Amino acid sequence: MALIEAKALAKSYGDNIVLEQVNTKVEKGEFITIVGTSGCGKTTFLRMLLGIEQPTRGKLLLGGNPFPDEPSPERGIVFQRYSVFPHLTVLKNVLVGLELESSPFTGRLFGSERGEAIAKAKEILNSVGLSHALNLYPHEMSGGMQQRLAIAQALIKNPKILLLDEPFGALDPGIRGDMHQLILDLWRKTGVTIFMITHDLQEGFYLGTRLWVFDKIRLDKDNPNSYGACITYDIPAGNKDNNTYHEIDDSLDESRRVLVG
Amino acid sequence: MKRLINRHPDNWLKYTLGTLPFVAVLVLYVFASDARLAENPKDKLLPSLSSIATAVDKAATEPSKRTGEYILWNDTIASISRLAMGVGAAALIGLIFGVMNGAIPLIRANLSPFITVVSLIPPLALLPVLFIVFGLGELSKVVLIAVGITPFIIRDLQNKVLELPRELIIKAQTLGASTWLLIIRVILPQVLPRLIDAVRLSLGAAWLFLIAAEAIASTDGLGYRIFLVRRYMSMDIILPYVAWITLLAFMTDYILRTISTRAFPWFHAMSK
Repeated sequence: MALIEAKALAKSYGDNIVLEQVNTKVEKGEFITIVGTSGCGKTTFLRMLLGIEQPTRGKLLLGGNPFPDEPSPERGIVFQRYSVFPHLTVLKNVLVGLELESSPFTGRLFGSERGEAIAKAKEILNSVGLSHALNLYPHEMSGGMQQRLAIAQALIKNPKILLLDEPFGALDPGIRGDMHQLILDLWRKTGVTIFMITHDLQEGFYLGTRLWVFDKIRLDKDNPNSYGACITYDIPAGNKDNNTYHEIDDSLDESRRVLVG
Repeated sequence: MKRLINRHPDNWLKYTLGTLPFVAVLVLYVFASDARLAENPKDKLLPSLSSIATAVDKAATEPSKRTGEYILWNDTIASISRLAMGVGAAALIGLIFGVMNGAIPLIRANLSPFITVVSLIPPLALLPVLFIVFGLGELSKVVLIAVGITPFIIRDLQNKVLELPRELIIKAQTLGASTWLLIIRVILPQVLPRLIDAVRLSLGAAWLFLIAAEAIASTDGLGYRIFLVRRYMSMDIILPYVAWITLLAFMTDYILRTISTRAFPWFHAMSK
């Protein structure tokens, strides 16, 4: 059975139709990158996967069951900003993930349990290259280091699904390359299913196993919100040639002109 | 010549300019006082600095003939302990309700309109009620301070909780936090520095309520003293007491700010 399945999924806010007729299946271990113009429902789709938005119509299934209607540890998230706790050091930012579920009253671990948790946290921080920064606060680190921390923090829970909402959008191009390598390594190592939203078509084109383009098939220039977006391109990793790139780029430009103006 | 808005003082000029108004007021006072005393040596309105010093010295170092206490210190301790109890109670209640209101929509829907209405009641108008209910002792003064500033602290903290990035609240849930753990491990530590800010902002009002309560019904305290000696036009006591209250207020604020920067370095780095 597919890990995630969308059947005639639609989302609207009053008259504003964001998504309609989203039909897709996702298997365990896929790495899906999502591109699309602002306002085309990428983030709304991610928020539904996260459980903070519910479908208006249609079905969104996780392992055959409806998606849980609030966030849970099986779905990790990295946002573009504000992903890490500013009041905790690097080590504690990861440690807190282990403490929260194992200690329902104090939310803290003590003694040997704490020792084991610290060892585990250090191991994962090591794998994202932050072992030298354990006692720094997030504000003392660069944007790239903060995102590494956010990834480590999300992976410590061994989530089934990792959601990345433009995680590298605010980073310098050079650092972005390192982060791509990091996320690919971690994905291969853990086998987690990844959904990554990006603004950057190029990034979406070569990272991951599958590229989705969210776009509106029908565009009403005077009333752009009267039709919803759906997945207009669903391309597997092997089929990403230059022509397709330009075709997608053109189609995105077209809707950007209408939607953003 | 640079525009005025682009001209910044260097350190030396900055401190000189900052000190100037204080010096100006002092000089103006000395001249005015001298002029009045030259006209009428018995004038009480603007006493000379030396007679102020004598009065302060007497209040601070000589035990009172009637009670055997050092008046200035006795008044200071009485006032500061009332202020500390009132503000402490307000901070604690404000923290609990502010965090609950901010974090839990059902509680916010339940309490927020009520607290908004309560915060509009002028606290001084309630003072007679407090005297009737709690008597003329310490309790009614402490309660006045608490009643006066708690609604502000609750509302301020509620907003501060709501201003925390939603991303952090969602993130904590994906790490498995229950509502309770989200409050004590994510929300509470992040609003503590904001609580100190709220307390600092409400201290001015707290002093106002304290002095009002002491003026009306008390047997000691800084506010009691200045209203007592007003009958004898003892400006030589009133003026230094006002300066002393100002200094205490300044020091309280300074201490709170220092605690906050030491204890929550991440907060002050973020808000820069």
